[in-house]
Amino acid sequence: MLADLTGIAYLIAAICFILALRGLSSPVTARRGNFIGVAGMVIAIATTLASPHVLSYSWIVVGILVGGSIGTIIALKIQMTALPQLVAAFHSLVGLAAVFVATAALFAPDAYGIGSVGQIGTASLIEMSVGTAIGAITFTGSLIAFGKLQGLVSGAPLVFPGQHLLNALLGLAAAALVVWFATTESYVAYWGLVAVALVLGFLIILPIGGADMPVVVSMLNSYSGWAACGIGFTLGNTLLIITGALVGSSGAILSYIMCKGMNRSFFNVILGGFGTAEGGVAATGPTDRNVRQGSAEDAGFIMQNASKVIIVPGYGMAVAQAQHALREMGDVLKAAGVTVAYAIHPVAGRMPGHMNVLLAEANVPYDEVFELEAINHEFSTADVVYVIGANDVTNPAAKTDPTSPIYGMPVLDVEKAKTVLFVKRSMASGYAGVDNELFFRDNTMMLFGDAKKMTEEILQSLH
Amino acid sequence: MSAEASGGDSLIMLFTVFALAVFVGYYVVWNVTSALHSPLMSVTNAISSVIIVGALIAAGPMEVHFSKVMGFIAVVLASINIFGGFVVSQRMLQMFRKKG
Repeated sequence: MLADLTGIAYLIAAICFILALRGLSSPVTARRGNFIGVAGMVIAIATTLASPHVLSYSWIVVGILVGGSIGTIIALKIQMTALPQLVAAFHSLVGLAAVFVATAALFAPDAYGIGSVGQIGTASLIEMSVGTAIGAITFTGSLIAFGKLQGLVSGAPLVFPGQHLLNALLGLAAAALVVWFATTESYVAYWGLVAVALVLGFLIILPIGGADMPVVVSMLNSYSGWAACGIGFTLGNTLLIITGALVGSSGAILSYIMCKGMNRSFFNVILGGFGTAEGGVAATGPTDRNVRQGSAEDAGFIMQNASKVIIVPGYGMAVAQAQHALREMGDVLKAAGVTVAYAIHPVAGRMPGHMNVLLAEANVPYDEVFELEAINHEFSTADVVYVIGANDVTNPAAKTDPTSPIYGMPVLDVEKAKTVLFVKRSMASGYAGVDNELFFRDNTMMLFGDAKKMTEEILQSLH
Repeated sequence: MSAEASGGDSLIMLFTVFALAVFVGYYVVWNVTSALHSPLMSVTNAISSVIIVGALIAAGPMEVHFSKVMGFIAVVLASINIFGGFVVSQRMLQMFRKKG
């Protein structure tokens, strides 16, 4: 009877989680969705605490209070520009928690009803080892991703000869250890598997360059879900399986969207090495070509006399902390009767949807912000495009030059506008190390300077 | 023998639940607007920490042993994620406002 009630409560929690994700289909319903998600979590925890397995509460209360305080403080203090590394750090914790839970189940299987020490069923052992391995890979992989995003580890891809062979051998070793562990329940095999998986996590993420971090963060999101799933199978817990599957497929879809945004195959990203080698080659292009250079006053004058301005922000805008000045500029233009819209490329930030959050933080209304497919046909009717902190995502070479490393990548058709104002620190090439043909076009005016300072100067000239 | 048989059945039941949940996840997530992909990541991060239910059972017994310590650490880690994930999601979602 109690087991039935527990099962029903877990089912309600699972439905809450599905509704939480469903709420994210629109900013209007998202906040309510988040509360439903919290409710689901409360139900799940309360149900577990009421189960006959939990007899002593002191450690648990301390654990939740300590962890909850740390999590809340970090979440309240974090800068929105640092969101990707926060999410990476959180993923690593899910992975590590999965390893600890699997270990606890191995040493006290009777608490979970999966046998007794030395007598755990083969199926449970396989599930346990898979859950642990994915958890351990998620843990170290996310640590490296965190290090790269935070600038603690070089963002450059780390590649060395024999890398793929070494990874393949470690993968085989992990498979062998799973078989050994599943047939003997050997602790040596278990800890060996944990060690191999930890090393594998490091090695998988190290060769992936900084430019590919949106894919990596999404991928690790997916892994953390599959790890939870593996633990769910081990414990025979349907709530964990459902939630893990939701998270796993969510991360996989985001990885796919990010790969598509860069026109890269998933395997190409995983094999790594992108974002360095091309730099040297592209820099040999003609650098003595003429560009039209303008001042902040010129830019302000042109925008004031436009009827439609599209702003294209990239990560450089966030680095320069220019989003607030940018929004003020948009407000002044709107007050002068100019239509203002923002165009967001799928990989504009360091993680999926990052740029939308940064603009929302600067109080840009979300109904002025459009994604690539929704706005790309509007550039031909725009008088001015203001490109700030973006580069490669505006490069027409992606459409015209099959030899370009970014050929085939979906780009914003900014060159179709009457005038392109391009804010840039210098003539250096973009993240992918590719020259941008756009700079030399007749309808492009280069605004050299810091993104924030330039926007503020334009703002002054508008008053 | 019967335990073996029921074990097999329950494994298939778990796989059924798993497969259906993957489909639900697939269709629900494709419906998420791209503007909210960052909150999607932080919400999924929070809910994947439902792994805490496994940690609670490990941390629950009266007597102190290795598994209880493992469970306790997992409770702390998962709690960081649950609170951190939901709070940062809420912070983000508060920012998404329409034209005033």
